[in-house]
Amino acid sequence: MSHKIVRAIYDDDDVLLKAVKEVRDNGNHIEEVFTPFPVHGLDKAMGLAPTKLAITAFIYGLIGLFFSVWMMNYMMIQDWPQNIGGKPSFAYYQNMPAFVPIMFEMTVFFAAHLMVITFYMRSKIWPFQTASNPDPRTTDDKFLMEVTLEGNEDDLTSFLTKTGATEVSIAENHDNH
Amino acid sequence: MYQFSSKLKMFSIILMVAGLLGMAYGFINVPKDTHAMEEILNAQSQGHDTHATADSHAKKDTHAEDSHKVASHDNAHVGKDEHQEHLEHVLKQYKNKPWSAFFITAFFFFMLSVMVLVFYAIQWASEAGWSITIFRVMEALTAYILPGSILMLIFLFASGFHMNDIYVWMGDHAAHDELIQAKKWWLNIPSWLIRSVLYLAGYNIFRYFLVSNSLKLDATKSYKTYIRNKNIAVGFLLFFAVSELFLAFDWLMSLDPHWFSQLYSFYVLASMLVTAITTIAMVTIYLKSKGYLPQVTNSHLHDLAKFMFGFSIFWTYFWFDQFMLQWYSNQPEETVYFVPRLLGAYQLPFISMLVLNFVLPVLILMSSDFKRLNWFIMIAGLSIIVGHYTDIFVLIAPATVGDQYSFGIPEFASILFFLGLFIFIVFRALAKVPLQAVGNPFMTESENFHY
Repeated sequence: MSHKIVRAIYDDDDVLLKAVKEVRDNGNHIEEVFTPFPVHGLDKAMGLAPTKLAITAFIYGLIGLFFSVWMMNYMMIQDWPQNIGGKPSFAYYQNMPAFVPIMFEMTVFFAAHLMVITFYMRSKIWPFQTASNPDPRTTDDKFLMEVTLEGNEDDLTSFLTKTGATEVSIAENHDNH
Repeated sequence: MYQFSSKLKMFSIILMVAGLLGMAYGFINVPKDTHAMEEILNAQSQGHDTHATADSHAKKDTHAEDSHKVASHDNAHVGKDEHQEHLEHVLKQYKNKPWSAFFITAFFFFMLSVMVLVFYAIQWASEAGWSITIFRVMEALTAYILPGSILMLIFLFASGFHMNDIYVWMGDHAAHDELIQAKKWWLNIPSWLIRSVLYLAGYNIFRYFLVSNSLKLDATKSYKTYIRNKNIAVGFLLFFAVSELFLAFDWLMSLDPHWFSQLYSFYVLASMLVTAITTIAMVTIYLKSKGYLPQVTNSHLHDLAKFMFGFSIFWTYFWFDQFMLQWYSNQPEETVYFVPRLLGAYQLPFISMLVLNFVLPVLILMSSDFKRLNWFIMIAGLSIIVGHYTDIFVLIAPATVGDQYSFGIPEFASILFFLGLFIFIVFRALAKVPLQAVGNPFMTESENFHY
């Protein structure tokens, strides 16, 4: 559904953080904020739901752990038992201490890589994706806040200017973030 | 100001008295000679008639590996001689029991408070801002260093003057033992005692200056005092880093004088550091539950819980590292350490402490939200403290009492006594000074700290 939005540009993260709180207190809906670097506390100020990435990381870590158990069992016990340093190679549990570093590394490998990929997918950053920030200056030194336009255009514009916005413009929004 | 409630004071005194009685009973109740010893062993084997054969097999196995039998197994004794020798050996272990119980707990609580001082000195040296609101808790916990080192000294001098057989290398066997003789330039009683006194004196002196400067800061609020204390903290950390390497070698690793491991000192450090941080968190939560320390928020506790979580993994890393390298290389002089622990009489505590020190803290404290809930910190903390007491027990007991170990009155009483003393000293120190280090320049930062 297409609707009108207001884009306000700020040039300081502290001003932005304060403005986000004021805009939400004023009853306006913030659709998105674009920043050149992560601003601490912005997610809480915007009222975003806490991230579920930590839970996925835990699950991925478990998958990695079980994968490494299966992998070492297949490689070193089932398929081709190898005698390394005279260590028992005919039962998994007897040779388990030798596999612990691999279990650890696989847990970290799976958790880290799959978590990054999940983060990219969730943020809709995949190959050949074009940038979705409306103003290229948000990759440099400007902060951009998109507010849904409800009611009077001029009221909202002047309110945003009062919160510290250096520029305010009106645009059509075609997709929902 | 904190008020040392009469209830808690009474509780700690009762613990101390009960502990003292139990420890005295332990010292009196040792078998006098080999005849008394034989009676005890006979009574034991009749009591466990059903698995008597399995028992004696297990005993033989661990016995052969036991570091106490250093010199004598070359000359093959037979029949009565061997029996007599076994009796004398077991008698020594029985006589060691009350001393060993004393040593384990004395070391645990002493090292715990030294590690609190280390953590405290790290805060100073790094000019940390978040932890100032819990500085007084840490300072009070380090008050135990002085009584703790006196009790350690009693034990060390008793060992040095042959009142017990805790350290094999001090005994008669050592004269015929080439490996111990080769280490004699370092491991001899006079220099060992001098070094021990040096460690203890160093920790006490640094503790005195660090804490009294911190208190002075409240009145003067001068930047000079702050910088001076920061420099003292750096000096202490340097002194500690070097002295702890030798302390762990002298006091603990020399219990098994044939065995060696390069990361042993770090292992002891990791074990006691996580216990110290847990104690800080638990005392802080206790004080908060009594309505003190309003400045301490769950953000501060969150940070402490993160340290508990992190250092639990750190400890496990060392535990496994030490084990895996020696398991893989399979050298007899190295595996001698793991035989009683992994395969012998200590298997249960050795394996179960992995659950208490690693599995439970990691699972309980993994979630960010759980680190902010006092009850979760308390449950994980209890598991960590019990687990690391077991850790110290398994570090010491196999070399001192061997497979004759038990957890009876002397062991339990020593925990009661030292816990009572620890509570008494710490909370009395806490009641003497204001609960907030208001003179610290980072106080405001700590009050406003939020995660």
